[in-house]
Amino acid sequence: MREDFREILRLVRPGARVLDVGCADGSLLELLIREKGVDGQGLELSPAGVSACLARGLAVVQGDADHDLDDFPSRAFDYAVLSDTLQSMRDPKHVLSELLRIAGQAVVSLPNFGHWRVRLSLLARGRMPETPALPEPWWSTPNIHLCTLADFTDLCRALNVRIDACAALSAGRTARPIDPSRALENWRSEQALFLLSRPGGAQPGEIQRDLFGEPVTALRVEPTRRRRAGEAAKV
Amino acid sequence: MSTTTAEPKGAAAQDGGGIHRFPDSQPLRLDSGAVLAPLEIAYKTYGELNEAKSNAILVCHALTGDQHVASVHPVTGKSGWWERVVGPDRPLDPGRYFIICTNVVGGCMGSTGPASINPETGKVFGLTFPVITIADMVRAQAMLVEALGIETLFAVIGGSMGGMQVLQWAADYPDRLFSAVCVAGAARHSAQNIAFHEVGRQAIMADPDWKSGAYDAAGVRPEKGLAVARMAAHITYLSEAALQRKFGRELQRDGLSWGFDADFQVESYLRHQGASFVDRFDANSYLYITRAMDYFDMPGAYGGVLANAFVKSRHVRFCVLSFSSDWLYPTAESRDVVRALSAAGCRASFVEIESDKGHDAFLLDEPQLDLALRGFFASAAQLRGL
Repeated sequence: MREDFREILRLVRPGARVLDVGCADGSLLELLIREKGVDGQGLELSPAGVSACLARGLAVVQGDADHDLDDFPSRAFDYAVLSDTLQSMRDPKHVLSELLRIAGQAVVSLPNFGHWRVRLSLLARGRMPETPALPEPWWSTPNIHLCTLADFTDLCRALNVRIDACAALSAGRTARPIDPSRALENWRSEQALFLLSRPGGAQPGEIQRDLFGEPVTALRVEPTRRRRAGEAAKV
Repeated sequence: MSTTTAEPKGAAAQDGGGIHRFPDSQPLRLDSGAVLAPLEIAYKTYGELNEAKSNAILVCHALTGDQHVASVHPVTGKSGWWERVVGPDRPLDPGRYFIICTNVVGGCMGSTGPASINPETGKVFGLTFPVITIADMVRAQAMLVEALGIETLFAVIGGSMGGMQVLQWAADYPDRLFSAVCVAGAARHSAQNIAFHEVGRQAIMADPDWKSGAYDAAGVRPEKGLAVARMAAHITYLSEAALQRKFGRELQRDGLSWGFDADFQVESYLRHQGASFVDRFDANSYLYITRAMDYFDMPGAYGGVLANAFVKSRHVRFCVLSFSSDWLYPTAESRDVVRALSAAGCRASFVEIESDKGHDAFLLDEPQLDLALRGFFASAAQLRGL
């Protein structure tokens, strides 16, 4: 099982309403329905992906996250999942806002362009990076809006989006909870999975759980004050 | 309370149906304010209704379709119009589902329509038949479904005008639906749709044999006008690419006739389409049904907000399908429906199927359509415990 899927599976409440944006062949949705009994809906651009989802009996709409999220009513879902896709959106800022309009919480994973391998490739070789997380050459990559963890946390702050939790993901390793605002994590995390919400967005009486099933205490991202090492791990 | 005449058994096993005659005490109240009584609805069934009465599927036909969805047509001798979808080992298998298809009210294959006898005059209705709407067709279907003892349909499905009926079902009878599949449909008729229909109607009315609709009494039929209407309409069901691939500029014979014979194969094809259509269709029915489609405007009926039509359908599982080369009911129309469903909080699946066959693709060999329908029905059936 993909590590990010494992994390998302752990995170999602049983029976929750989930929108998987860019759901591909529907593997994640199927997993969530089977394991967590969620009420799932997919959004997928490729006809092959949509057909695969239909064949699995999933509810899926052919469409594009850049445009078609606008059609969903506010708060229609508990979670909106955007896995490894934000960086290929035309307008990631809009997409992020839309995710948190449609759903109470957003689960967003993205490759970290601040990872040491990426930096090394540019610094030492003067080449666009081709890494396990970013395997495509520059001329064929769908990733048009790459960012570092620091960039992403800046955007969250600008949009008044709260980072409820964050985990670093690397291929073949278990997820590791991190504080994405720490400079060291920006060097060593290859990919990150964020649990996001709007402050005050939780419904009354609803206990939000983080990536590790613990009740959420908001992790405040403050640019001026650097957290001490180890502090974030408690989140 | 009413009588059902059984039709002779057709080729397919377990075919059923006939003409259901509703008593005068159960008239069809039309949107126009008129009342039709007695109402007769011709229908076919395939498969068997299970004990729980939970496996019934209503198939809604398009403008020139009829109830013979999966069995030999009694007039043309041709196979059913949707045997690609309905039949053994097809997405809608009569071995699993009880499949019902009715001839719409206003039609000419046994349901009450302009060619029926007006009980008040004892003569054929002709233009004294009241104008009907898509909602009227659906109301009549709902009456039949009820008469068959079915409380909730497992699914309602249809293409083109059938898709419009599906949407109307969802709006008018959400409590009687478990799932709904709209193929190559739209929630309203566009100006272009109305324009093409008007061409067809004018062709019929320009035929001297139309006789202001009273051709039956005169012992004639406006065949030329109806054939031209069909020819014009048929072009709208295809695509430029499909026509080009099928016919190109191929000639019927060697060389041109230097006249107005059907030199080109495409001309000959259209003439054949027109000529064979008049054998099985009534000109006045064509006028009434095209009018019903033109009047179809669901957003208009719901204060300009289509989503309002579906607020009571949140429990219904929807599937909306369109074809990339369909310019009669283009994908954008289906997307509007999907948007409205999403906005209403309904669970909808939507896919645009890649095809160069135009609107008629829904009737043709489209493996993607099969795949989508199979997937959708498999999961819906599982949820329904079928």
